[in-house]
Amino acid sequence: MTTRSDRGLRRKIFSHSMVVLSGLAIVAVMLPLFWIIYECVVLGGSHLTLNYFTQGTPPPCSPISCEAGGGLTMIQGSFIVVALATLYAVPIGIAAAIFAVEYGGGGALGALSRALSMAADVLSGVPSIVIGVFVYVLILYYDHGIVFSVTSGSLALGAIMLPIVMRTTEEALRTVPHSVREAALALGMTRWKISLRIVLISALPGVLTGILLAIARAVGEAAPLLLLDNTTLPRFLGFNYPAQSLSLGIYLWADSPYKNLQNLAWETALVLLIFVLVLSLTSRLALNRLSRKWKA
Amino acid sequence: MEGLNTMLGESPVKMDVQSLNAFYGESRAIQDINLAIPEKQVTAIIGPSGCGKSTLIRCLNRLHETGFKARVEGSVFLDGEDLYQLDATLVRRRVGMVFQKPNPFATMSIYNNVSAPLRFNGHPSRQECDDAVLRALKQAALWDEVKDRVDDPATSLSGGQQQRLCIARALAANPEVLLMDEPCSALDPIATAKIEELIGQLKQEYTVVIVTHNMQQAARVSDRTAFLYLGKLIEYGPTEDLFERPKEHLTESYITGRFG
Amino acid sequence: MTRGNPFPPRSSRQILRAPKWGDRIFFALTMLGALGLAGIIIAMVVALVHGATPAFDQIPFTSFLFGRIWDPGGCVNGTSTCVYGALPFIAGTLITSTIALLLAIPLSLGAAIFLTQHAPMWMREPVAQVVQLLAAVPSVVYGFWGLIVLVPIMRYDVNPVLAHDLGWTGLFGGPTNIGLTVLTASLVLSIMTVPTITAISRDAMEAVPRSQKEAAISLGATPWEVTRRSVLPYSRSGIVAGIVLGLGRALGETMAVTMTIGNRNAIPLSLLSQGQTIPSLIANDFFEAITPLEIPALMEMALFLLIITLAINLGARLILARLQLGRGAATE
Repeated sequence: MTTRSDRGLRRKIFSHSMVVLSGLAIVAVMLPLFWIIYECVVLGGSHLTLNYFTQGTPPPCSPISCEAGGGLTMIQGSFIVVALATLYAVPIGIAAAIFAVEYGGGGALGALSRALSMAADVLSGVPSIVIGVFVYVLILYYDHGIVFSVTSGSLALGAIMLPIVMRTTEEALRTVPHSVREAALALGMTRWKISLRIVLISALPGVLTGILLAIARAVGEAAPLLLLDNTTLPRFLGFNYPAQSLSLGIYLWADSPYKNLQNLAWETALVLLIFVLVLSLTSRLALNRLSRKWKA
Repeated sequence: MEGLNTMLGESPVKMDVQSLNAFYGESRAIQDINLAIPEKQVTAIIGPSGCGKSTLIRCLNRLHETGFKARVEGSVFLDGEDLYQLDATLVRRRVGMVFQKPNPFATMSIYNNVSAPLRFNGHPSRQECDDAVLRALKQAALWDEVKDRVDDPATSLSGGQQQRLCIARALAANPEVLLMDEPCSALDPIATAKIEELIGQLKQEYTVVIVTHNMQQAARVSDRTAFLYLGKLIEYGPTEDLFERPKEHLTESYITGRFG
Repeated sequence: MTRGNPFPPRSSRQILRAPKWGDRIFFALTMLGALGLAGIIIAMVVALVHGATPAFDQIPFTSFLFGRIWDPGGCVNGTSTCVYGALPFIAGTLITSTIALLLAIPLSLGAAIFLTQHAPMWMREPVAQVVQLLAAVPSVVYGFWGLIVLVPIMRYDVNPVLAHDLGWTGLFGGPTNIGLTVLTASLVLSIMTVPTITAISRDAMEAVPRSQKEAAISLGATPWEVTRRSVLPYSRSGIVAGIVLGLGRALGETMAVTMTIGNRNAIPLSLLSQGQTIPSLIANDFFEAITPLEIPALMEMALFLLIITLAINLGARLILARLQLGRGAATE
């Protein structure tokens, strides 16, 4: 017959083992990140030199020559397509966020602004390949334009960045205390100036973090570019032409039979991973530090 | 209730509140207020918590209506013009306000805080800004303490200094009336004393209306006092008269501390 | 110098009008931004419907949805008819997402429980940052790691063991000497889904009021019992919403899946088979299209995927909004 203390002991042991299990779970959750970083360093770092940043994509190995090349072409292409996307996403995202915060509150406009936040969240859940197909249809059917180009790719990436910019800006604007707005109102400032020059500026660290996180996300996207901006063109020729990009390079050449391209893909995986992780981490940490300094 | 044609002494009426009612949604916060505020004097508004004194003062610069479901009925005349017929933004440039908790713009320097009303409401030259900042900081009795560090962040000042900074900022806008909503309640006694002294100087140039929950403060700084209770104006008159010879029983009860 | 205005007005008309116009233009511009964002979602649905219309017209819906064979090239070489059955990809998508969730949910919940209930305070923020970094890793990098690192491990070490020891379940049939399988893709997918579920579950659990936990503790409950009886029930809706959002993410993952699943357009009969999901199909076949009907068929599948992920996301977000949670989820 189990006594009361037996049952109590059993409960305690069970509880302890569950705590241990949950500890194991957190380790299991974190482990892949370190494993991935480790493998990227091992696989991509073995031949990585500074030439990666100065040389362009090499032609595939032939019996005659086998250049190592570098990632410069891909870096340029990624930079341009993401920069364009940022140009679309940031103004629209910030405008939408300001609308959601400044005109939210009562009645019809308030409901509209809440629906807007919901729309941004829903948009952020759309698979990136679907966004790629959407832009494809848009350009092919409605614009009859050249589908394969940096411009098309940037439209898709912009749509991916937009909800991120909008939501983080909205959150940042909402943390500005009401007293700041009241002080500005009491000085007889017009509403739009208060919104832009006082509230937005005051929320600037959060807004910048949002933009940087959106950039980190966009530079890693490959699926839309696969449909819209895929090429072997050796250099950037113009906005109506496609250009190589870091994320696509990894996909195309990770298991390429050509050794030099495969090496390039592996090195690119490392470079892209480090870039994205560092950008995400530092922008978040910088935000924490800056907002603490300004709240002083 | 006192109105335009009763004893204000020799002072002309600067602001005249007539039949003022203010609402939050369906509930009425102040009811049928009639109040004549004399020019270049300090008028205090006192009363227990929730009596509507903050609501009243926020109607004087049309800040109340910016709240959620907030509504105002009645008129407030400034030099004969009904403020509720004018553009609200312009009204607030003539009637300035200092708040209970100092709220300098945290991302700006001392200089930029004080010059903010000029820079945001117009296109001042550098010289005009410098002059205005100097004048405002002197009027707020802060100049001596910050003259060597006007470019430091506003948040580097102490609480009392920040409040004087907010006063300077409000003065830089060159208002006709300065409203103060419990300006000392977040400050220590020494800072409070400095600001009370400041108010005494300010009334030479500006009309001051101050809301305070501290009766002794009202007695110290004001020329006229209005006593509000549950949204209604109970009594209004020269401060000395109200405190020493209150006409209403309610006033007397409040002053002698029987409630509040 | 007039009082109330530090600078002499250029004209009184200008002073009186200026505030209104600035505010009006501002309102219009921000409203445009807002409508733009909302408009994109509507435009997406419209555009995909437009693109998929030929497929709607020419492929009967039931044979599309339940057709087990995808052979758009069949009629070209004259061997048989062109068949556009989407079932292999629906099955592939569902199988990979289901397995990913089955693996991710216990891990994520365990991790969230540890983070919110048992971890020392100094550990919480750094670990949370690590989990967020996991969400920041690009899909291609996951795919790259899956392809180069995980696939050989599965091929040489794991699959033979699974087939040998667990073959009786019928799940691990077929040749085991290929590492590109539904199972491998599901494993990678589960790692990618974990951060989403962990983050939202963590938010949900942190929102449990202390009083709830203290009530359980004061009744003599062990730490695990506090979690099980107080924290988990209270945060149940939030956790469910997190899982649903994770599902949404898993359904739409493209690059990591297409690099590890084997890209075979047939219903996978075992976990060790090669397969294909809707996103990986679109990625693979969009420009390999042989017949003019193939791209509209792909668009029909994309539309299908869009509507499902929209519905999933909307549902989960509505739950989270009611619970006032999910603040940081938009950045994932």
